[in-house]
Amino acid sequence: MDERLRRLLGASGPELTCEECFAELDRYVELEVSGTDADAAVPGMRGHLEGCPACGEEHESLLALVAGEETGT
Amino acid sequence: MRTPAPATVAPVAPAVSLDLESRAWIEALGDQGAARDDAIARLHALLLRAARFEVGRRRPTLPHLRGNELDDIALEAADDALVSVLARLEDFEGRSRFSTWAYKFALLEAAVKLRKRSWQGREIPLEPESWSLFADRGSSPEDDAEQSELLREIREATESVLTPHQRRVLVAIALNGVPIDVLAERLGSTRGALYKTLHDARQKLRAHLAARGLAIDLPEGGKRHG
Repeated sequence: MDERLRRLLGASGPELTCEECFAELDRYVELEVSGTDADAAVPGMRGHLEGCPACGEEHESLLALVAGEETGT
Repeated sequence: MRTPAPATVAPVAPAVSLDLESRAWIEALGDQGAARDDAIARLHALLLRAARFEVGRRRPTLPHLRGNELDDIALEAADDALVSVLARLEDFEGRSRFSTWAYKFALLEAAVKLRKRSWQGREIPLEPESWSLFADRGSSPEDDAEQSELLREIREATESVLTPHQRRVLVAIALNGVPIDVLAERLGSTRGALYKTLHDARQKLRAHLAARGLAIDLPEGGKRHG
């Protein structure tokens, strides 16, 4: 149920726009892969990724692609 | 590969120092003649790899598409991403590796094309026909009662506090699962504009629920490491 409520109500805090999300996505993902606190470095990104299904999917794909290259999978 | 127009690509003046690989990409793409042609061919191969990665990830959800159709989508995505990357080279500031920066264009192009293909010919549900699907059971009778009240308030608020446009966008995206870029294309809008509408609608609903003393603090979602 929480997931469905999140789809309806989105994140409670501030969040980036889709354009801002795309502009920051590569840096955010590299910070995640390196183990750095990406959410602290890019405020509002996590909220947007949870509220925007399309940006969320694209983030998952870029993270999987870059993380896979790092590990050689 | 679609050949991009001969570009007048000015060398980028990055805000931060570039790693060696990124610098090599930028210098090669800013070069002339055969060196630049070679760099563009390598860039297209990199983008095609990312586009095929995205197609591969989504393939299980697209059983109606044949392999050659998916290959064509990946190639089109790589072609379009190449044009975007070359047009926006000056935007690259070196805050990530060049390859990561370029990948996101290919992933975006592939994802958008796949979502649109998946919804091709399908009617876009703009009416709240899926509310009943939300009324599943919680983990306890108390949860059921709380969630039922919350859902009833949200459902009523979508009718009473949202504009017709906000209601259509919220229902289509958040309730009926219509991809935002598919909806944008059908409504003659943009992804950014529709997301702002969705965000405004959510804020209105949250304010409405808070005014009625309903708890709407949701646990933080899990991180999407994949």
